[in-house]
Amino acid sequence: SSNEHKLNFTKSKEACLSYIQDALLQKQWKRAAEFLTCYVEALEKDYSREHIGPSEMIWRIGTEILWHHSQSSMKEFSCFMEQMKTLGVKRYLKVCLEHVFHLLCNGQIDEAYQNLSLAESWRFGEQTAIQDKEMKLIQAYRGLLDYHNWSKQKNILLEHGEDGFSDLAVEQEMHGYFRKAAVNLKEIIKIPGVWDVFVKCYVDLLEFYGDHNEARQVLNEYAYNSKFPANPNAHVYLYQFLKRQGESKKSLISALKILHDIVPSHELMIDFNTMLQKSKKRKKRRLGLEVIFTALDYAGWKENAKAWSCLARQMKQIVISEKHLDWIKQEWNSRKDWWPAFHFSRYLAKRNWQENKSLSYEKALVAGILLGKDCKYFKYVSHQGCKAQLKRFRMLKKFVNRHNLVYLRISG
Amino acid sequence: RDFNERCAQCSEVNWGLTDGGGFYCRSCHNVIERTREVVNTDFITNSRVQTISKGSKKQEKNEGGCEWYVCEGFQLVLKKQVEALEALGVHPQMKDEILCNFWRCYLQKSKQAYCKRPAAEAVKALSVCESSTDVDSDPERPSLLDLLSLSESEGDLQTDCSFASSVSKVSESTSVCSGSVDGSLYLMKNQKEKLRMTMPMTLSFCYMALLWMREPITLSEFLRFVVEGHIPYLNVFQHFPEKMKLCGLDLKIFCVESWPVYEEVFNKMHELAAFLDLPRFPDITESCFLHPDMLCMKYLMEANLPDELHNWTCRVVKKIGIGEVDFLTLTPGNKSTGRVKYDVLAAAVIVVVLKLLFLLDDHYEWLLSEFAEERNKNNTEGGPYFEFKRWYEVVKHSLDVKQKKLDEERAKYLWRCEKPLFYSINKKSKVLKRRQMVVNLQNQFGKLSGSVQRAEKPNPSSFQLSWSEENTDGSCFHGHSLKGVLQEKRGFLTPVNPDYWLCTVKLCNERLCGHLAHYREVEFPQTYHFVLGLFSFLLRIQPSCIHEEVCMIEHKLFNKKLYKKLKYNTVLRK
Repeated sequence: SSNEHKLNFTKSKEACLSYIQDALLQKQWKRAAEFLTCYVEALEKDYSREHIGPSEMIWRIGTEILWHHSQSSMKEFSCFMEQMKTLGVKRYLKVCLEHVFHLLCNGQIDEAYQNLSLAESWRFGEQTAIQDKEMKLIQAYRGLLDYHNWSKQKNILLEHGEDGFSDLAVEQEMHGYFRKAAVNLKEIIKIPGVWDVFVKCYVDLLEFYGDHNEARQVLNEYAYNSKFPANPNAHVYLYQFLKRQGESKKSLISALKILHDIVPSHELMIDFNTMLQKSKKRKKRRLGLEVIFTALDYAGWKENAKAWSCLARQMKQIVISEKHLDWIKQEWNSRKDWWPAFHFSRYLAKRNWQENKSLSYEKALVAGILLGKDCKYFKYVSHQGCKAQLKRFRMLKKFVNRHNLVYLRISG
Repeated sequence: RDFNERCAQCSEVNWGLTDGGGFYCRSCHNVIERTREVVNTDFITNSRVQTISKGSKKQEKNEGGCEWYVCEGFQLVLKKQVEALEALGVHPQMKDEILCNFWRCYLQKSKQAYCKRPAAEAVKALSVCESSTDVDSDPERPSLLDLLSLSESEGDLQTDCSFASSVSKVSESTSVCSGSVDGSLYLMKNQKEKLRMTMPMTLSFCYMALLWMREPITLSEFLRFVVEGHIPYLNVFQHFPEKMKLCGLDLKIFCVESWPVYEEVFNKMHELAAFLDLPRFPDITESCFLHPDMLCMKYLMEANLPDELHNWTCRVVKKIGIGEVDFLTLTPGNKSTGRVKYDVLAAAVIVVVLKLLFLLDDHYEWLLSEFAEERNKNNTEGGPYFEFKRWYEVVKHSLDVKQKKLDEERAKYLWRCEKPLFYSINKKSKVLKRRQMVVNLQNQFGKLSGSVQRAEKPNPSSFQLSWSEENTDGSCFHGHSLKGVLQEKRGFLTPVNPDYWLCTVKLCNERLCGHLAHYREVEFPQTYHFVLGLFSFLLRIQPSCIHEEVCMIEHKLFNKKLYKKLKYNTVLRK
């Protein structure tokens, strides 16, 4: 609040906006509506020089309020959106699109579809060309809804199929949706961007109709075309597709390589390591070790028993063969200062033992190799395990005792 | 208007109507016997002032509109304003005699009426040369394009340019660039000598009349009433008759998009008084509301300060001579006296008195307050001593609440009205559509505002803060005693506080920077800032304004001492 006693239209509306902003941030929808009521007359004044004019403000603020206000209905909301569409022709398609999103969030798929179709047929001189991007999005989302409809028909068909009925009408409808969907989905994924949901749907369609070549091409483009932004999911989709197709381990591994680079903590790293461990190529096995160590650097993996078992298995194998201990040494070098506290504290030993015995088993194995039989973690767990007379823990103890000097070589 | 006889004195045919409906010759002011019943002049029905007519009586059939001049519009505005003042209790004499005459005098002096060559003819002359040349060919005369600066134009269409360039003879063009006949002329000509009329100036007129009548209302109060909507100002054009079409440049003249500024209205008023060659205004004596003694009493009450302080304000007023009739009364044209901001002056006197008694250096006033508190705890008889701290807490709390409310009102202020404004006829439909949308949205979101209804305009009140002695929580300080800060010396009561600090050692040269002094909050004690803030809120003006006045008073008060001792530090002993 200022001591300014002068006031003009512009300042007054600026102040009004800041009150609205505060109310929105505090989720006081009634209060926001109160001030918005006073703000709307700004529409009657020209702000063509401003970056964001009152019509856009009112659209965005009004949307927020109507969406969250307890007394506002979907009908009111749609009515408001229609008004907003008439307010700014330069924003028309954007408003349409956001309206569709809200409808979808509210489960009104049919209305959303109608709005998309309507928007698609919109023409307005040179604006049509200027708003080309939005138009593409609108077509893409309509394609998505076509996919949704296709999917529904497909399920109906499958059900009938089980019952022994065949329904020609449904089948034809289904193919119709496929054609419409395919056209639009294909178009949008040509443009560099993040189109995960569109890609997935399109690939699903292609696979159903047996066009695996096209699917593969699409996924490759999506993952490897440098014009597209780096997207871990692209690689995941490609990998899953290749797996479904029964491709060779070699191509599966190469699909996951970039994923490891971008997101070393990705859950597929387990699959990745598993494949790499079993490889005949030394380089690949080496990479596998790196992959699993790196994944376990992340806090989210601390209690992942599967991951630990992968690491344990690989390390056990290396220790038994007595080859490539330097690999472990290399990996351990950068971790020996902080992994003990991070993974192998006494507290964690107790907790892991209490909560998940398999987890503690695997971890104890790793700890024993890396830190020797006298380390806190191993000592506690193996002691507990032997006390509980669990066979594998006795085996574990023996194993680590036998290879106790290994840790000296690793940490030396 | 239909009367075509030649005037006996000057042989011209140029008649107007007087108040009583009689005819008079506008060229030589010869009044004749003939009277006429007040004709339905089509739009000014109750006007006491002359109608202004062109030579021809051609009426625009354009949408039922008619020709009207800008000053006629202002006349209507003034009429509305003075009627509102009357409703607030101002003496009706102000409307019928004072303001009326002021206005007539103004019209005459600015050559818009009552004179040999009314502005109408000047307009005609202008249009003749305009029609023969291309508007753009004269680089010196600003084109209508410039007048309609883009910031005022509507929407994103560029058609504003197209209609502005098609200027034709004034008699045909009334609907093109302005609804009024001389709207463009009003904005175009160099008006420096003629004191062109503006919306803020209507307030200057009103205030001038109020001052002449010595009505019990200060300028700050008057302007506050304007902002609160009790005096028509913001959208007063919506009361213009249907036939007076407003569009184009009229909007620039009659549309208001900012609150009136005290300084502006004040200065304009003085300019006006000089322009009109008015004589010395009626005397402002001690019994007048505007006299510092009176206003100090009012403000002391409103600020919840002890009544006893009034003795001190009177002493200061007397000492520096600002209670003198000659000082307070306005004599137009005399630059050295009479430019008195009565309200600011009174507030500043109170501030000085507070400084005299409490020092207000962020230390001493709290010390005094502690003594008073002690005394009040131990001794409850004889009425409480004034405790600065308690006063501060109580007043600050109320002030904060009021200030917060005021800030919200500023943000919620509605500027537009039902009557649509458009620059040209071809924009009308767009404007109306927009208006409709605004109304729809207001309804929609208004419903979602919950139980908060737009409150009815509160009745205008002279006091913004009120304190009641009946409150048992002791939040009213009027009756508190100043004994705690006074002592007896040689039979006189003097402040316990021996010191005083000057706001500024040297006053600025007003001609150079426009001010006597400059105020920066960080350079002064917080308490001083608080006190300034309090009166700043009550008067709705900047603290620096009051600060300036305080400086002026201090320099009068300590005049001798200042010139005697050339000291560098600003603390003087009284």
